Amino acid sequence: MAKIRGSIVIDIERCKGCEICMVTCPTGTIKMAGQVNHKGYFYAWPANPELCIGCANCAVVCPDGVITVYKTKI
Amino acid sequence: MAEVTGIKDYIRPENLVYSKTRLMTDNVLHYCPGCGHSTAHRILAEIIDEEGLQQDAIGISPVGCSVFLYNYIDIDWQEAAHGRAPALATAIKRLCPDKFVFTYQGDGDLAAIGTSETIHSCNRGENFLIIFINNGIYGMTGGQMAPTTIPGMKSSTSPYGRDTVRMGFPLKITDIVATLPGTYYVSRQSVHTALNVRRAKRALKKAVQYQSLNRGTCFVEIVSNCPAGWKMTPVEANKWLEENMLPYYPLGDLKVPQPEKDLNPGSTD
Repeated sequence: MAKIRGSIVIDIERCKGCEICMVTCPTGTIKMAGQVNHKGYFYAWPANPELCIGCANCAVVCPDGVITVYKTKI
Repeated sequence: MAEVTGIKDYIRPENLVYSKTRLMTDNVLHYCPGCGHSTAHRILAEIIDEEGLQQDAIGISPVGCSVFLYNYIDIDWQEAAHGRAPALATAIKRLCPDKFVFTYQGDGDLAAIGTSETIHSCNRGENFLIIFINNGIYGMTGGQMAPTTIPGMKSSTSPYGRDTVRMGFPLKITDIVATLPGTYYVSRQSVHTALNVRRAKRALKKAVQYQSLNRGTCFVEIVSNCPAGWKMTPVEANKWLEENMLPYYPLGDLKVPQPEKDLNPGSTD
């Protein structure tokens, strides 16, 4: 059976670290980074990229629109 | 652009499922982290892009947190005096009847200082769309109590919670305009979860499409959060919104257009 796999790209300089994407992600792909961006926010990053299913929930709730989502079947 | 990526093999143009719409400019939004305004801007820009209205849209930006809205969406804008956005939209729509005109207002702008303009323009059935962001507080000026502050909610001018005996009851202005004959479509949505963002986008898109029929005012309320004004983290604020705001402001369509034959009982088609 084909598996759905996704991948996200996060523009870390625009991220404000609100954590809404992290709690929205159904698979626990996104975590907050341990370091800050130039604005001083702990930005979101795909800590477990192999879990991403490309559902785009993170991108839909992201207030600042920093997340781009790709999805494919393998 | 500094960015972090997931698995790079999947990042190909044909696999793209979601990216920021080209109508949003590259300016960094000035809102606090987690603010619902930013999400509302984004879905509005996506809808204008999908409907192909970039050339025809004229927005009225309000006074309040969203005063710089004209910096973020790449369409024509006009800035209104505080609360007077529906009056300005009336003028623009009457002068340019083939344009898509909308106002974007917060609760201080629409439900406090601009109550009269809002109610009268809805009652006249002016053909523009009103987007109302309700976060129950005056966010920009420091979290004072607004007409939409729910009973018991703490704000900087009601530090022990809103006491309805002394301070009165919240104004459900969306319910009021739904009773007016001039409105065509009235809906209340929220943007605190992915599901609700998708629903809000669907409702807003419907409102934009109905607006092209020019049959009356369309009114979409978006119940939003204000993490800074509520003194919470964005995640806590969204949880608080769901537990406290939504029971008072239930989501859904308050007024949907009647089929043509119901409006004209005499007609045969």
